[in-house]
Amino acid sequence: MATAQTRTLSRLMMAPAVIVLLIWMIVPLVMTLWFSFQNYNLLNPMMTGFAGWANYVYVIGDPSFTQALVNTLLLVGGVLLITVIGGTFLALLLDQPIWGQGILRIIVISPFFVMPPVAALVWKNGFMHPGYGMLSHLWRALGLQPIDWFNQFPLQSIIVIVAWQWLPFATLILLTALQSLSEEQREAAEMDGAKAVNRFRYIILPHMARAITIVILIQTIFLLGIFAEIRVTTGGGPGYASTNLTFLVFRTGILSNDIGAGSAGGVVAVILANIVAIFLMRAVGKNLDE
Amino acid sequence: MQLTPLFVGAFTLALAASASAQTLTIATVNNGDMVRMQGLSPAFTEETGIQLNWVILEENTLRQNVTTDIATNGGQYDVMTIGTYEAPIWARQGWLVPLDVLSADPEYDVDDILPPVRAGLSYENKLYAAPFYAESSFIMYRKDLMEKAGLTMPDAPTWEFVGQAARAMTDRANDINGICLRGKAGWGENVAFITAMANSFGASWFDENWQPQFDSPEWKETLDTYLALMADAGPSGASSNGFNENLTLFQQGKCGMWIDATVAGSFVTNPDDSTVADQVAFALAPDAGLGKRSNWLWAWSLAIPNSSQQKEAAEQFINWATSKDYLNTVAAQDGWANVPPGTRTSLYENAEYLETAPFAQMTIDSINAADPSKPTVNPVPYTGIQFVAIPEFAGIGTNVGQLFSAALAGQMSADDALAQAQDATLRDMTRAGYIK
Repeated sequence: MATAQTRTLSRLMMAPAVIVLLIWMIVPLVMTLWFSFQNYNLLNPMMTGFAGWANYVYVIGDPSFTQALVNTLLLVGGVLLITVIGGTFLALLLDQPIWGQGILRIIVISPFFVMPPVAALVWKNGFMHPGYGMLSHLWRALGLQPIDWFNQFPLQSIIVIVAWQWLPFATLILLTALQSLSEEQREAAEMDGAKAVNRFRYIILPHMARAITIVILIQTIFLLGIFAEIRVTTGGGPGYASTNLTFLVFRTGILSNDIGAGSAGGVVAVILANIVAIFLMRAVGKNLDE
Repeated sequence: MQLTPLFVGAFTLALAASASAQTLTIATVNNGDMVRMQGLSPAFTEETGIQLNWVILEENTLRQNVTTDIATNGGQYDVMTIGTYEAPIWARQGWLVPLDVLSADPEYDVDDILPPVRAGLSYENKLYAAPFYAESSFIMYRKDLMEKAGLTMPDAPTWEFVGQAARAMTDRANDINGICLRGKAGWGENVAFITAMANSFGASWFDENWQPQFDSPEWKETLDTYLALMADAGPSGASSNGFNENLTLFQQGKCGMWIDATVAGSFVTNPDDSTVADQVAFALAPDAGLGKRSNWLWAWSLAIPNSSQQKEAAEQFINWATSKDYLNTVAAQDGWANVPPGTRTSLYENAEYLETAPFAQMTIDSINAADPSKPTVNPVPYTGIQFVAIPEFAGIGTNVGQLFSAALAGQMSADDALAQAQDATLRDMTRAGYIK
């Protein structure tokens, strides 16, 4: 039992770390807010002074803003769909007593250890390149015209790359959940004559619901900020076909040197991400309370 | 204590050492010529005692780094590698040290620098960056394929001829594309090429009142011609192809023609890298009969940011790297064909160079045909050929490049791309205060 004294002591000892972390978070956030109301272009020192809402009006009025918003949601949704369904399937598969299970599990998990820019480069040049990618050789071998993935299906291609990276995470969490399911329960259902589909639907899936919720919540937070994969493969294009909010902020702030508008975009992105997070917590987070 | 004098002595020594050994931090781009310069630089250190700390970066990263550093007065670099876009803009902001010492040095011979290159790196008639190598653009083509198509390339072709030849040379069954052109989005990639092309069709980015001109018939003709040419005779996936991708395609024998930087001349004629080295010939970039060719002008150059604490040493280094002597050093080690091209008149009067470099004459002709102060058929308020020398262009060009790239990928029509380019540019120019 912690006494009042030890509680005070522990608070005192934690304080420096908490304060440092708070400053770490607050300073950049406050600076972003400050810059978002300033006229500030790196290459044009004549642009100075208070800008009012001009930067926000400029960013939200960007012809690609709506598309970036839609792309962000499509990216998150697409990756979640693939990783949750694929992860459940893989978890079921890995839970079977098969030969070489240990090695198979390591192979399935390994994409998670690859850094995003490296993964994107491998997919771009090794697999999806229309000239010398593995897929184009496969297509040619089948007598078909190779597909120029990043130009014909830019957003879908990025979804595939990101899903490939996050699938191991989903699989791992879901497999752990699956392994915590009591063997007796399964056997009882089997003895009662329940078919595999029904066993999955009425026993396994409800048992995994919490784990699925965790996967969705954690992944959404990370997927809202996908950047490296887009930067390496399509550069947000063709046109704005694969520009998400993060990339739009990068384009405005860094490529165009417009720090003011870029900061405004950053603030807008943070607000929108929070709205999505709150919505998610309300909708799926209920699972965690039960 | 006995130890105290020892500490004091060591401290004094350390101070003295740091004062005498100067170290310059140099930011440069990872192009072959710069990497060679880095390899040769120990000679400079030996001669002057000045140590060099290299920061070698990929082009886009270099641009972002040096821009951020100079705009925030970071003082990270003593020498920066910049281009003809940055030099006059940064000079006007007072961010660069004028290279007056070099200009006054008779041995350096500033008058030897090619006039268009010197003009591109000057602001109010003062030189602010010294060219390391310079380039225009021209046509590289395959003699064998041209012959097979039954055509002869004139020294100064028109777009009409280029289109006809490209279509005649295309042989999809054998993976040969009549023409390879830049399609990758970016102000330094597809925008550079298409802007230079537009100049020859009589189009321009802005009229004299800074009004964007993408709704003009000249721009429509430019983009339609480009898209049709690429659809009929270009490689698949062209909207991801930039300079490096096209270089590889050409070296592998997959392009009949390639219109790009003159600096590629030595890469496509080098038998170690190019499978078609003995079949390559050169011609001037095409025109449309309006008096402007579609060739650009660019110079990778060395400049000193005002924030540098070691301006004199930096000047010494720039003098060494861009001098006539440096060309001789490279020639002695790697042969004349490998010297950094395009900067000095004397190089193009050197018979040995002209003989070993088959692209030399066409390079100098192309550079001389470029005039950054009068880039377009009609008068415009800006300088720069394949770019508009205003600070906002990097952003505007990035946007427009995306739209052109989307049109090439078939994601939108030429008309939509131009209409959106017009709207986006108008928006940005109004924000920047050029249009009221």
